[in-house]
Amino acid sequence: MSSAPANLPVLDLPAARAGANRTVALVGPPNSGKSTLFNRLTGLRQKVANYPGVTVEKRLGRAKLSGQDVLLVDLPGVYSLYPRTEDEQVTHDVLRGEMDDVPKPDAVILIVDVTNLGRQLTLAAPILSLGLPTLVLLNMADDLRRGGGKVDVNALAEQVGTPVALVSARTGEGLPAVEEFLEGAFGLPKPVQLPIISNVPECRQWSAELGERAGYRAPLPSSWTRRLDALFLHPVAGPLIFAVVVIAVFQTIFLAAVPLMDGVEAMISMSGGWIQSILPESWFRSLLIEGIWGGVGSVIVFLPQILLLFIFIGVLEDSGYMARAALIADRTMAKVGLQGKSFIPLISAYACAIPAIMSTRTIENKRDRMATILIAPFMTCSARLPVYTLVIAAFIPQQEILGKFLGVRAATMIGLYALGFAAAIFTAAVLKSSVLKSARTPFMLEMPPYRMPTLRSIGLRLFDRAKIFLRRAGTVIMATTVILWLLASVPLQNGEPPEISESVAGTIGRTIEPFIEPLGFNWRIGIGLITSLAAREVVVGTLGTIYGMEADEGSLELQSALQSDLTLPGAIALLIYFAFAMQCMSTVAVVRRETGGWKWAIIQFVYMTGMGYVCAFAAYQILS
Amino acid sequence: MTSNGAATLADLREGEEAYLDRIELSEPEARRLMELGFLPGTSITAARSAPFGDPRVFRVDGSEVALRRETAAKLFVSASRQNGDA
Repeated sequence: MSSAPANLPVLDLPAARAGANRTVALVGPPNSGKSTLFNRLTGLRQKVANYPGVTVEKRLGRAKLSGQDVLLVDLPGVYSLYPRTEDEQVTHDVLRGEMDDVPKPDAVILIVDVTNLGRQLTLAAPILSLGLPTLVLLNMADDLRRGGGKVDVNALAEQVGTPVALVSARTGEGLPAVEEFLEGAFGLPKPVQLPIISNVPECRQWSAELGERAGYRAPLPSSWTRRLDALFLHPVAGPLIFAVVVIAVFQTIFLAAVPLMDGVEAMISMSGGWIQSILPESWFRSLLIEGIWGGVGSVIVFLPQILLLFIFIGVLEDSGYMARAALIADRTMAKVGLQGKSFIPLISAYACAIPAIMSTRTIENKRDRMATILIAPFMTCSARLPVYTLVIAAFIPQQEILGKFLGVRAATMIGLYALGFAAAIFTAAVLKSSVLKSARTPFMLEMPPYRMPTLRSIGLRLFDRAKIFLRRAGTVIMATTVILWLLASVPLQNGEPPEISESVAGTIGRTIEPFIEPLGFNWRIGIGLITSLAAREVVVGTLGTIYGMEADEGSLELQSALQSDLTLPGAIALLIYFAFAMQCMSTVAVVRRETGGWKWAIIQFVYMTGMGYVCAFAAYQILS
Repeated sequence: MTSNGAATLADLREGEEAYLDRIELSEPEARRLMELGFLPGTSITAARSAPFGDPRVFRVDGSEVALRRETAAKLFVSASRQNGDA
């Protein structure tokens, strides 16, 4: 898991290269549709969204063609070949053949947004100066037409000395031209007069002339972006709308998700009962029912909530609102020494800290980037959601605050999200005023036009997310559950499994009990704290297994069992511990890689887990 | 907009337009701004902003770019196009 940060089905080099002897790089300005095209051509599902800087790492894939195979390299967007950030550096190095694990490209596909051809085509000058066979793709042909714009593709091809095609990566329009290029013999570009690429005004002038000679007429901009900005960037209405949407999402998680959850739970216990009825009583049945069904099953119950959260994140990312959120947050971020661009990784961290840490590569300032990496895991990732939902449902009464619109449970959940964010901001302030102090880097961020998120794109995200979630359930969670079941079943006493408290697992739990008792936790919770170091939601599976093994009839009443183990102050301490502690080995591994060593990864682990312990201790002592 | 000849982008109010004269920032920062469309002679229009007017979105060369006031104050503008050849 740690080596595939975003859990994307993208090939590694040997697999991608098998049979492919030609390498083609996809380059273009940020948010011009490179990854959408890459997905179209390879059938892979590299993440796409509507803001600049979604792709921060090279991605390899094999283009599905009828003829010979081609290795495609999707690259982070660039404005020029003068890199300012880590992600831009990747593109620069791949194009120059200076990247160890990617062959030097044999050809380049330059993809630009045709709705703003003049500025986007400025990048053609440095790309053509590489002297590689090049195909220029004018993307978003559908938007060009809709706005009444036009361009003479042949005239443009004549000007730049390479083939040019008008395409829409989103709809698939014009893609045969791309396949034809990839399958054909790569011809070198015809020599044309290029501007001096270090001279930006000259390059812009050149690209303006190209557009003029190709009869380019820009489309009328859609009025939607201005209208929506008038709303979302309104000083009062903007934040208000955002708050209403956030509250609605959390309320939905608790109200609408409950029947879904009950449905999944019923299915699990029914199938568990069925297995119990057809298998004779044996250690294997116990492993299956109490271990796997009780453990993995109690985590899978939370799939509907996680998918609901991802619909929301998907709409945020695909609509173009993300860049506006960064804009609105910039002042707050500036107060703690960061800038608005750091806000985008923080929002992605609501899904998972790992891709969020990767996406800090778009931050110019090294120290800002480091600080953002160190605070990102405080944001409430989706692995915390099952833990929060379970504990809140067990201990917080379902009362209304603002009628149907906001209940106490949803408010508690929002409070936990706010707590994580506050811890992140506090830590950033500490870091940026001490060890990571730096001069301010100017905030420059391109605002993409708003786009309507498509059902297909949201559907694909949910499908991929469900796959990742189920894969985790089938690997990390299943493995820890089976190991836990084993440790809870030995040593045998008179040939029978022991009481859990007397088992190896119980002994471990009771050994750490003195350390966690001041937090209101007993040895059962203690076992969960240890297993959840692998991944946070494992604690739910662990408790499911332990209670399943203890119950006479393998009942899965996790909530009521939990109520007998924790008091309300203890439950609050547990929530606080999970809000702060670093319990995710994959994140530790990625932090180590992105910061270039163990130092920061260890500091972060100790700091977060220490903060979790101290704050949970304080909460329990004050409340009880 | 003030008319003392030293107006900057930070002086523009929402909806106002001006032409860029020069950027007084370090070379790499000025280069990135130019790559984003902020070239001398280009028309720039101030658009919406975050609450309290900072940062602000500027319409430039067919796209929208957000800048902080402190950065915008380093981009000097005039009411009419001066740099004719750009």
